[in-house]
Amino acid sequence: MIPAAFDYKRASSAAEAISLITQHGSDAKFLAGGHSLLPLMKLRLAQPSMLIDIGRIKDLSYIKDAGNHIVIGALTRHMDVETSKVLREHVPLLADAAGHVGDAQVRHRGTIGGSIAHADPASDLPATTLALGATYVVQGPRGQREIAATDFYKGFLESALAEDEMLIEIRVPKMQGAGWSFQKFNRRAQDWAIVGVAAWRRKDEAGVALVNMGSTPILATSVASAIANGASISDAAAMASNEADPQTDLNASTDYRKHLASVLVRRALEAASK
Amino acid sequence: MKVSITVNGKDYENDVEPRTLLVYYIRETLGLTGTNIGCDTSSCGACTLHLNGEAVKSCTILAVQADGATVTTIEGLAKDGVMHPMQTAFMENHGLQCGYCTPGMVMAAIGLLNENPKPTEDEVRMGLEGNLCRCTGYHNIVKSILAAASAT
Repeated sequence: MIPAAFDYKRASSAAEAISLITQHGSDAKFLAGGHSLLPLMKLRLAQPSMLIDIGRIKDLSYIKDAGNHIVIGALTRHMDVETSKVLREHVPLLADAAGHVGDAQVRHRGTIGGSIAHADPASDLPATTLALGATYVVQGPRGQREIAATDFYKGFLESALAEDEMLIEIRVPKMQGAGWSFQKFNRRAQDWAIVGVAAWRRKDEAGVALVNMGSTPILATSVASAIANGASISDAAAMASNEADPQTDLNASTDYRKHLASVLVRRALEAASK
Repeated sequence: MKVSITVNGKDYENDVEPRTLLVYYIRETLGLTGTNIGCDTSSCGACTLHLNGEAVKSCTILAVQADGATVTTIEGLAKDGVMHPMQTAFMENHGLQCGYCTPGMVMAAIGLLNENPKPTEDEVRMGLEGNLCRCTGYHNIVKSILAAASAT
């Protein structure tokens, strides 16, 4: 399968990338690792007239300790997130979740920023950064702004990013020793989650988000409130789908997904409570 | 668009359409047909080769993204007629049946050992999650990789 023809430009900085997308308008798309966009283009589900290759912008690939949080450049590859010592120490849930994305070959190319900007509810990192209370830094022709992960996901593959804006950094609070677990239920190791759960817990404080349980990644706020109010893990897990609206598809029915979500939330909270 | 790519130690310069996928560039422009196309949707791993030393799926990379890069394909492994230790291990342990997934398996396996030189059996099996064998011949593929790991 070969994508429809397009023009190709390479940007060497975020400013150049934004100036190019401003010039070429809504038919242009940013290309980072390409592991979400190129499959869509090969299936002709996406047919941008121009790709702006941001994959060579070296200064957007980094993982740094910034005091209370860790900052991650949008072009940092999944493999670098997975193996980062800084993240393993301070945000181990994110490093672990990155190791569940696709397979080794995919993780060598795909980027955290690409995955978040693509806003696929079935992807692991949008939900994980949502559970962690991350903030996304975006840059556009009018400068930079910060968007909380809770305000970012607007619909299936739709985000709060404007057409001329680019995600440049992900800021994740340090987990401060919280327990955590990433649960992913799928049929083949490399597959997307049929249902996934990213969870952390520190005493009566918890953050839980769901993968593939609606048109966006879902923050399971009822579960977190229940834990805060002293509910047992199984009572809290029974509320896993309160905010969710999962689809029926070839892999699972709506009811089966809701059942899976409560089982996986229970397992995740048990692991995070040890 | 002009691209300069070093493949198996040889420098190539070609004019390609931006939409040309790396696997088609390797197979059709350069004529190196050892790298197979399987699913063509970045699931099966048959098209795995090394881009700047790392295993990647060449059906999901544009040739223009590889401009300036170094690529190694299955044809680039043997040196002076002597097979790479991973190729030898696959041969000695019968790590292939129909052979279709084999070039991708060998490239993924070498990439795996570059990152984890002494993997456990579980780590080998997880490390191969991006490569499917349609003959389901995983047992001997895993055996081959463990043999190659202990031989070096």
